[in-house]
Amino acid sequence: MKNVGVVIFPGTNCDQETIRMYQSSDRFVVREIWYNDPLPTGFDLIFLPGGWSYGDTLRAGAIARFSKVMNGIIDHAKSGGLVIGVCNGFQILTEAGLLPGAIARNSSLRFRCEVVNCRVEPCNTPFFKGIKPGTVIPIPIAHGEGRYVADEKTLERMEAHGLVALRYCDTRNITSEKSNPNGSMRNIAGIVNREGNVLGMMPHPERRANPLVGGAEGLPLLTAWADA
Amino acid sequence: MTYEVRIFLKDGLLDPAAVTIERALKRLQFSEVDKLRTGKVFLIETPANTPKARVEEMCAKLLANPVMERFEIREVKA
Repeated sequence: MKNVGVVIFPGTNCDQETIRMYQSSDRFVVREIWYNDPLPTGFDLIFLPGGWSYGDTLRAGAIARFSKVMNGIIDHAKSGGLVIGVCNGFQILTEAGLLPGAIARNSSLRFRCEVVNCRVEPCNTPFFKGIKPGTVIPIPIAHGEGRYVADEKTLERMEAHGLVALRYCDTRNITSEKSNPNGSMRNIAGIVNREGNVLGMMPHPERRANPLVGGAEGLPLLTAWADA
Repeated sequence: MTYEVRIFLKDGLLDPAAVTIERALKRLQFSEVDKLRTGKVFLIETPANTPKARVEEMCAKLLANPVMERFEIREVKA
């Protein structure tokens, strides 16, 4: 059994589908974690779900990043514990410095809410265990601030060390400007840290984790780490 | 005393709002607009003699994201 903690900030709104997704498998025990409490011990994975923590005031994730629970999450990550951040969770992880780069406003200035295709990259991480690099997975996005940016040196270092986890692409597996919904540099949709134990992505695999809502293709992205 | 903090996206990063506003100005015959940038302004009132370094700390820690933004600080008349 793997212990999963789902963090709830004021304004988080993707917590319940994330909890249901993990509860749909008997491999997981899921608990909610309140942002204003110290992080309890004993979790295999800490999950920062999507939403609008603190109403995206100042910058998405900028204030949530200093919540009480974050000290424990930073320690958990630094000691090799697994952390996933989706959408607002990804923004919080970059603001906290647990992932390189930053997330800016979509280049279209529009809030994009649709299903996009993402390609799994040859990435140095336990998260995508058993998922073949090059696999294209349809995943919903829902964000107005999702444009991944980093300086050229950081991008080169990330490519060299296999830290790009997901890229926006079309159905033929081609990463084009047209298939990039937010103007992210190099079509980056998801990344990991150097050690591979922290994963952040803008798309919402937890919204594509049950055939009832159109498909379950997203499920392995968030659960493969627990496979024996 | 009052400090004014101005925050801009770093040079070279696309500022899509600025591009849109720039286009609108040109459409209104303001053809002399070469470049327009958007930013955020904060007015911070502090006790007298608060060193500028404290405001720099505020910017580095919270107000700006140094990965994508740069900041300017100046003292202003309240």
